[in-house]
Amino acid sequence: MAKKKKTPQQKQYEQLEKKYETKRPVVKNCIKAFFVGGFICMLGQFISFLYIYFFHFTEQTSGNPTSATIIFLSMLLTGFGIYDRLGQFAGAGSAVPVSGFGNSIISAAIEHRTEGFVLGVGGNIFKLAGSVILFGVFSAFVVALIKTIILMARGVM
Amino acid sequence: MLPMFFWAFVIGGLICVIGQLMFDVAKRTPAHTLSTLVVAGAILDGLGLYEPFADFAGAGATIPITSFGNALVHGAMQEAETHGLIGVLTGMFEVTSSGISAAIVFGFIGALIFKPKG
Amino acid sequence: MLKGKQSWIFENHPVIQSTGVSGGPFEGNGNLAKDFDILHEDLWMGKTSYEQAHRVLLEEAAQTALKKSGRSADDAQFFIAGDLINQITPTSFAARDLKIPYFGLFGACSTSMEGLAISSFIVNYRGAKNILTGASSHNAAVEKQFRYPTEYGGQKPPTAQWTVTGAGVALLTENDGTHENCPYTTSATIGRVMDMGLIDPFNMGGAMAPAAADTIEAHFNDLGVDQSHYDLIVTGDLGKIGRDSMLALLEEKGISIDQNKCNDCGLLLYKNDQPVQSGGSGAGCSATVLYGHLLNEMKKGVYKRILVVATGALLSPLTVQQGESIPCIAHAVSIEI
Repeated sequence: MAKKKKTPQQKQYEQLEKKYETKRPVVKNCIKAFFVGGFICMLGQFISFLYIYFFHFTEQTSGNPTSATIIFLSMLLTGFGIYDRLGQFAGAGSAVPVSGFGNSIISAAIEHRTEGFVLGVGGNIFKLAGSVILFGVFSAFVVALIKTIILMARGVM
Repeated sequence: MLPMFFWAFVIGGLICVIGQLMFDVAKRTPAHTLSTLVVAGAILDGLGLYEPFADFAGAGATIPITSFGNALVHGAMQEAETHGLIGVLTGMFEVTSSGISAAIVFGFIGALIFKPKG
Repeated sequence: MLKGKQSWIFENHPVIQSTGVSGGPFEGNGNLAKDFDILHEDLWMGKTSYEQAHRVLLEEAAQTALKKSGRSADDAQFFIAGDLINQITPTSFAARDLKIPYFGLFGACSTSMEGLAISSFIVNYRGAKNILTGASSHNAAVEKQFRYPTEYGGQKPPTAQWTVTGAGVALLTENDGTHENCPYTTSATIGRVMDMGLIDPFNMGGAMAPAAADTIEAHFNDLGVDQSHYDLIVTGDLGKIGRDSMLALLEEKGISIDQNKCNDCGLLLYKNDQPVQSGGSGAGCSATVLYGHLLNEMKKGVYKRILVVATGALLSPLTVQQGESIPCIAHAVSIEI
């Protein structure tokens, strides 16, 4: 996947086109991402406290049911056609929290139902989330492997 | 309790801003950006930095996708402590199962009851 | 007749006897809603998949064009059309139901003029008495194939465009002197593939502008005309960025086009408050705007002679992932009344 060398003519056009290309509103996007992302995390904090005080989870273990609840909410928002509009507004603010992970899986599942449940839903459900799972697992494997070997070598393990 | 909400908001928001900068300035796709953040979370936990970060920021550190990388390393390390190197593979999904399970289960349920709106 | 390097003159003036234009909910809320023959309230159109709904759009447009001329599908010798979906299946399935001998075309969003050019040539040289030609696209089906699932919360940048849900079909017929106040095609310039190295699939307009500029330059050179020859030069779906880039490119080549004489179907179709970023796009964009609004304006006497330059981006999701740039093409057809 090497980057092809551009001819002088192509470089010239690139310069010209950049003058007319609408610039992305970076600052505005970052502000929107900050507020929406911050809000989702704050909501997660609130849900976490509910699990701690009403369902006898501890601070350590409340993370799991909180993630599951946030993903359930993202299923509703995705299914009712709200999450895509939220995504256009908030960008990374809705993609980075775990609700975005849920949305990527759930939206793919809903979309490909027309191709059947086995090949359509099953075959496409990880279309967007696959990279996150792959790199998450593999990087965790490498990090844990290195750390374990270091600790073993130090005689701690 | 109130400080926890404030820091969850601020830290969570800041991690999202990093993601947004990767979208708009680095021009990366969501898949590239989120994969990078997950790997960052894994590396930070390997360096022992993610846990204290999560103690301070609460949901601001556990809700963003970075915590997925952190949880995977945690699970792997826990098993490795008791079972040695093979634990790195066997323990990976112990801590983080709810995120993936919930997404798959609700994804399927979603496909059963919802139609895309376009 | 071949004129110049890459253009045809249609001396026998093939007539666009009638047209059919169908659209979706977004188009119904847009600027040109009254120029659509059929408008749907939702993207499903009573079917169980977006791809089937896409087929419905094209079938309805084709049937409407036939009905308006009092003809049936049997009267047409050929059906020449295409769309953006893999293997142009919506068009092929519509052809199956129409039962007309069929040429399937792929020119991405330039398909409408590719079809009109080829159809005009065939009718002009008496290879057919009647040809049904057109192009179509469906927003959700295209998003699903080229970009992300429609419910995914991805953020489109301001350079992105909105794929039109619509189909435009024309019935092109031999000119026997009886068609009063009907527009006819007079020439066409076939474009060549231009690639200026742009790689962003969310900025099609910028990628397609060089192709449009190249074809317009070729057209002017081949026919020995300039912009004063036309009342309107309209591009298919360059959008805001593509249009500005194209005008600048043409200036550099010494071809000055008056801003007021040059417009873009993607910019005409939607209202300013509709979230379409840089404008409309898709194979259905030029087809619906030309075969609906622009021909209606010609019949009202607003334009006597127009040049339609449909532009297409010849990429696929795979080529983008493989790091390739975006090659583009533009075909031009001149229409008079």
